Amino acid sequence: MSETTPQFEVHVNGELRSVRPGTTVADVVAELDLADRVAVERNRQVVPRAEHGSTELSPGDRLEVVTLVGGG
Amino acid sequence: MNSASDTWQLGHRTMSSRILVGTGKYASNEQAREAIAASGAEMVTVALRRAEPGRSTPSVLDAIDTERYILLPNTAGCYSVEDAVRTAELSRELGLGDLVKLEVIGDPKTLYPDNAATIEAARTLVDRGFTVLPYCSDDLVTCKRLVEVGCAAVMPLAAPIGSGLGIRNPHNIRLILEESSVPVIVDAGVGTASDAAVAMELGCTAVLMNTGIAGAKHPVLMAEAMREATSAGRKAYLAGRMAQKPYATASSPEAGLIE
Repeated sequence: MSETTPQFEVHVNGELRSVRPGTTVADVVAELDLADRVAVERNRQVVPRAEHGSTELSPGDRLEVVTLVGGG
Repeated sequence: MNSASDTWQLGHRTMSSRILVGTGKYASNEQAREAIAASGAEMVTVALRRAEPGRSTPSVLDAIDTERYILLPNTAGCYSVEDAVRTAELSRELGLGDLVKLEVIGDPKTLYPDNAATIEAARTLVDRGFTVLPYCSDDLVTCKRLVEVGCAAVMPLAAPIGSGLGIRNPHNIRLILEESSVPVIVDAGVGTASDAAVAMELGCTAVLMNTGIAGAKHPVLMAEAMREATSAGRKAYLAGRMAQKPYATASSPEAGLIE
């Protein structure tokens, strides 16, 4: 069945990923299995945390998922 | 003169500690935690990077008690106004509040700032409600422009980031101090305790360092040295140093010598 499921590609932190229509920002973040708190940008605009679950991805979207690291 | 209640203002925050430290380059989270505690800092810098999938190793936040320290996110590694502004917005989205250590780098070898781009990014961020602390050249005019656009402090470099070369141009820092209406924080280049003391003796409000501590053979001990030097330099500044003279003046009475 999976070959008939329509999918499209998005960029997540510079890497291509295939997703199903209806996939949200929250789905992508959950799939990354991140230990840390993250912030997400979609096509260079911050997606507020409260909107992660309702923001559906479109073909070609570019997501940046970032977290804090040590720095000066 | 008493230095017990020697606080300073950063935007709406009242600060006590005059040392700000970075959280990068430590051998372990435990070492970072101990060194930060030994430094006496109340504000620490952090960076923002892409999250790595499936990462279960402890994050830098495990080393930092966020109840105890104020986090100052930086825009390190940004080479454009747009990237610096985006990074600041992402930090705010992470819940770090309005503070940002603004860096717009102009040259990869020296990591010297692009001052024109820094001023432009600062203007945008101030307009968007950020409390902006810009890393900049030790240049009076750049600092004046940064104050004009509403920065809460100016952070001129002492020497290239991570170089440990100390205060290369104390006269420039002095000129900035004479004119600045906001705190002046020396950022970058502090390599050892005397560098921190010199910055504070010049009259700087505070010093910011990372590699000077993390790059030492014994980072925790160096953090302690930096705390003491910052405090000593501040006290010397408040005490007001004696005038320098070209020749000797005897400390013991010249009268009453035996013959």
